[in-house]
Amino acid sequence: MKNNTTNLGFLEFIYDFYKTMKCDEICLVYEGEITHQVIKAFTSIIESNMNKADEPNPVQRKVFHVMVECLQNISKHAESVHISDKVVEGKGIYLVNKDNDSYHVLSGNIISNNKIPNLKDFITNINNRDREELKEMYKKQIKEGRLSDKGGAGLGFIDIVRKTGKALESHFFPIDKNFSFFVLIVTIPRNL
Amino acid sequence: MKIVKIPETDDTPGVMLDKDKDILFITGRSLPEDVNAFFSPILEWLDEYSKEPLEKTNFDFKFFYFNTASSKAILDILLKLENMYQNGYDIMVRWHYPDDDEDMKEAGEEYADIVDIPFQHISYKME
Repeated sequence: MKNNTTNLGFLEFIYDFYKTMKCDEICLVYEGEITHQVIKAFTSIIESNMNKADEPNPVQRKVFHVMVECLQNISKHAESVHISDKVVEGKGIYLVNKDNDSYHVLSGNIISNNKIPNLKDFITNINNRDREELKEMYKKQIKEGRLSDKGGAGLGFIDIVRKTGKALESHFFPIDKNFSFFVLIVTIPRNL
Repeated sequence: MKIVKIPETDDTPGVMLDKDKDILFITGRSLPEDVNAFFSPILEWLDEYSKEPLEKTNFDFKFFYFNTASSKAILDILLKLENMYQNGYDIMVRWHYPDDDEDMKEAGEEYADIVDIPFQHISYKME
């Protein structure tokens, strides 16, 4: 951890973390800037993977959905920061894997420490809602259209939990007094 | 009235807005890089159309995927149709969804809850 705070080896960092997770097959790992072209490329790689694996349509659609929302989160919200004289652009890490029961989409990006309390509250709030409550939250959010001043992707997170039926798993790793690394893990069951 | 015709791509839906032929149609996948830029010609066309709409307006939505950023833009289209409906015009939204896609079906039902316009929910089989 200490070394990572100076040179930010995200990939090693996340790989260490990832080794602690149950893992069968990694489909995709990436570290870098997330552009629209990158999003298109990744979704098409995973789509063809899932096609080859004869994954049922509903599973394919949900994985696609979660991938896009997580990638767009990084591209919209990753912070550009100055650390040790170096400018680190708003980039992120991204990993998709599967085991017998589920797909997992792991995404990570730098976040300002002052945004963490709100984000934590928001995630806890969503995770504690039942299906019907999430539906109402979604409808309220889409009507009021407060997407950008929310400090996060309000609609995206609600939608992910609704579509997967699984709680969001989040981790915050401190980098320095201003920034942390935010990791989000989404699980999509394969037997819907 | 001018025709809006946008070919379908991997990340943007196909659109056809043709008053003379009585076709108002959007279909495909929607995850544009710039949601507002993509949807604004559609919304502008509807503003123009609403000044002198057909006796009966059918609008077909046939998505097989849209991201949450697009979901707001879709609501904006529906709100324009609702506005016409409230002004006394005959409007019908036809929401097409793949017959094995519960989420897309539910999305249509939710939009029908949010806006006050007649909705038809139509399932189709994906090849």
